[in-house]
Amino acid sequence: MTVYFLCAVLLTMGLYCLVAKKNIVKKIIGVVIMEYAVNLYLIIIGYKKGGLAPIIEKTTTPAMLERFVDPLPQALVLTSIVIGLGVLALMVSMVIRLYEKHGTFDMSQISKLRG
Amino acid sequence: MENIAPQLYTLLVFMVVGSVIAVETKNLLSAVISVSAVGFALSVAFLFMGAPDIAITQLVVEVLVLIILIRGTILIDNTSVESHRDTLAVVASLIFFGLLLGFGAMIFGSRGFPEFGEPLMRVSRVYVQTGLPATYAANIVTSVILDFRAYDTLGEATVLFTSVIGALALLRKDGKARGKEVAVA
Amino acid sequence: MKGMTLIVRTITDFVVAFIVVFGAYIVLYGHLTPGGGFAGGVIIACAFILLMLAHGKEAAFARLPEKAAHIFDSAGALAFLIIGWIGLSGGFFFLNVFGRGEQFRLLSSGMIFPLNIAIAFKVGASLFLVFAALAMFRRRSFRAMIEEELS
Repeated sequence: MTVYFLCAVLLTMGLYCLVAKKNIVKKIIGVVIMEYAVNLYLIIIGYKKGGLAPIIEKTTTPAMLERFVDPLPQALVLTSIVIGLGVLALMVSMVIRLYEKHGTFDMSQISKLRG
Repeated sequence: MENIAPQLYTLLVFMVVGSVIAVETKNLLSAVISVSAVGFALSVAFLFMGAPDIAITQLVVEVLVLIILIRGTILIDNTSVESHRDTLAVVASLIFFGLLLGFGAMIFGSRGFPEFGEPLMRVSRVYVQTGLPATYAANIVTSVILDFRAYDTLGEATVLFTSVIGALALLRKDGKARGKEVAVA
Repeated sequence: MKGMTLIVRTITDFVVAFIVVFGAYIVLYGHLTPGGGFAGGVIIACAFILLMLAHGKEAAFARLPEKAAHIFDSAGALAFLIIGWIGLSGGFFFLNVFGRGEQFRLLSSGMIFPLNIAIAFKVGASLFLVFAALAMFRRRSFRAMIEEELS
């Protein structure tokens, strides 16, 4: 259970960074930390004690097939990691455009609705 | 691995400490490097939990995240942002954490949510047993994402395509509209 | 975007070919060993990004022109969809209608092998294009931007 608690702490750190910091790049770092926490949680719930990686070789017996970890959350996480990279590229390009228009990284200056 | 709990706890504590450093430090470059350290520790944690595909993918994606974030943070001149404490945000995060723990306790206590180390595996049992005879692919995760659930991978390819096109459209250099404005003014 | 020093450029010239071959290995053997299309595609994109960081943007575009990268990107996504449509001939979308081959060989497991290659092309070309677009913004100070706007 402590494993789930630490995962929740990681998620809350990411959320706190996203909400409470004024620097845009810090907000992006918060989103990245939240992605890490969610992927970690998905892999944790699929783990089996004394588990083997789900790869079949020529020497695999059917008894070893019972000891494989759960492959379904791994399939979800695999696509989630690469999508996270694409979304990060989109966020950084938005930050670059915002910096060109306003000249600062401070979110409270940018959100004052000038111009 | 028989009992991986000590290594897993060490890695998780390292990740939490690294994320605390990344959140609180004032220098942007050190925050980016701390986040990358968290990502590398996450890749090792994936390897400990029997997911080598995910470990490889997380490692190479972490390298690209580091490059893209450094590229985004060193292109500026002034990084100083005045900071006063925002109590509403801190209170909101604490309330979120409390709700998360509350729901977790409710789920873990009552209905027999599986313990750490004994997953339910209702659908995955079929995938593991019939993976090799049905698809002749020795890597079960590949057979899940490209044969049993290939439709979800199509959705993922679409999302990646859309986000990359969005980023390219945002970063286009001096479109035609800007040129016309300068000529008229 | 200019390149880096002589040491970095020499080492890059040695190493880039190995990175591409390693990425191709991870893609092609994705159904037998850990890896698959996503990890291999990102590795191949890393090789081209290394080329761009070390030698500058023009050298990287001489190896892989921008139009070719756009074509690979779209072709990968289209190939994924077309292979799914071919499965319709057997009755279901994405049904595995290719020949299965033998187990534990390279050219086996029907549809999974070309799908891995299509995904690798798509992911690799997309990430290379995104980095090329991010790399062209140079460091400009705020005063120069204001002056350029006013003039």
